[in-house]
Amino acid sequence: MKSLHKQKNKFSDIAYQLAVLNDGVKGQSLPSFSQKLEVTGLYPLKPTSIDIFQINMGKMCNQVCSHCHVDAGPDREEIMTKQTLAHCLNAIKTSQIKTVDLTGGAPEMNPHFRWFVEEAFKLGCKVMVRCNLTILVANKKYRDLPEFYKKNKVEIVSSLPHYSSKKTDSQRGDGVFDRSIRALKMLNEVGYGVSGSGLILNLVYNPSGAFLPPSQDGLEKQFKRKLKKDFDIEFNSLFAITNIPISRYLEYLVASDNYLGYMEKLVNSYNPIAAEGVMCRNTISIGWEGYLYDCDFNQMLEMKVDVEKERQHVSQFDVSTLEKRRILVNEHCFGCTAGAGSSCGGETV
Amino acid sequence: MKTYYNPDDLKKFSKIGEFQKPLADKFFSYYGDVFKEGALTEREKSLIALAVSHAVQCPYCIDAYTVDTLEKGCDEEEMMEAVHVAAAIRGGATLVHGVQMMNKTKEVSM
Repeated sequence: MKSLHKQKNKFSDIAYQLAVLNDGVKGQSLPSFSQKLEVTGLYPLKPTSIDIFQINMGKMCNQVCSHCHVDAGPDREEIMTKQTLAHCLNAIKTSQIKTVDLTGGAPEMNPHFRWFVEEAFKLGCKVMVRCNLTILVANKKYRDLPEFYKKNKVEIVSSLPHYSSKKTDSQRGDGVFDRSIRALKMLNEVGYGVSGSGLILNLVYNPSGAFLPPSQDGLEKQFKRKLKKDFDIEFNSLFAITNIPISRYLEYLVASDNYLGYMEKLVNSYNPIAAEGVMCRNTISIGWEGYLYDCDFNQMLEMKVDVEKERQHVSQFDVSTLEKRRILVNEHCFGCTAGAGSSCGGETV
Repeated sequence: MKTYYNPDDLKKFSKIGEFQKPLADKFFSYYGDVFKEGALTEREKSLIALAVSHAVQCPYCIDAYTVDTLEKGCDEEEMMEAVHVAAAIRGGATLVHGVQMMNKTKEVSM
């Protein structure tokens, strides 16, 4: 399967996505996200602090998932350079941000990935990697990654949308479930997810369709029971994440005629408590070219942080400027405020 | 095309109090309490509701509780098993009346 970008699909065009999003909310006479924030006294949305430095190391990935908001895949060649990564290290050092969250694509496919992880670890940071699991078994050169992660005390966050192969493969591609199980066993073998090891392995659930995620606690128990019983696999926590209506997931919603119903559901499930805790308030997102964004979703919609132009790049990173900024919002933001809320760390309520 | 069932009518269910508010308010308050976690989990209650939706053959309820069970983390296998429970009870309910038929047959036969 090719990325939307490669197919030249209209949903790879950001202006088109924004027009569809506008039509799905204002076009249906539903209140806009800004209006909802205003009613709950949160507009303009402001940061609380910057605790998490989330780097999208590139759009290249060994998988082509049907819901991917990055439109990542093997045909995407956008990769963060070593120079930009060096700017990131400098920004982390000067700002004293202690959590570094690496995402992609498959961040491990960036040729400077290991160097960067080691350097961030030397700075005393907690490094999190959003590992798609199958990368560990994709090629011999990745087989030692569990040991590498262990050595650098990396916290692993991995998507596994379901404990059944049917649901996982329908979202992430044929054979992904079996390869993910093999990768989870490799991680368990070195101690990841095993009680008392101190090595954290968290899983991420997101719905395989046009509906909201279940309650995180109940689902975590179910995943733990099933994965232990069927595969003898252990993990720490499960994060339940809502699919955000952009890129491939937006294309799926429209093509399957679920789009308007889904947007209506998101708007009607707006939770002001979840809005207070959205991740963009304590996270800064860095794109493969080094530009700064309020979150990975705004990054994909090319909505750069609302600060003066010269401060929009990581080479000019300035925490005090960023902490005073206004967070940019649009209708896709309803995905983070529905129900129990959603963030890269799961529920927010 | 006019039909007796319109999917958009499900969204209007909450407006049912327009003609009789006090009873509707009582119903929705009761309904909300019924589906809260109790001796049964919300997930178990949702699967029961899905089965009953099929037994009473309510298209609105089937749409609503298909999505609700998915949002409670149920998978297709569990959902279909719930529908089979409804089917078994409905089928069994028909068949068990066969005993009445047998009784009556024996009563009126030589």
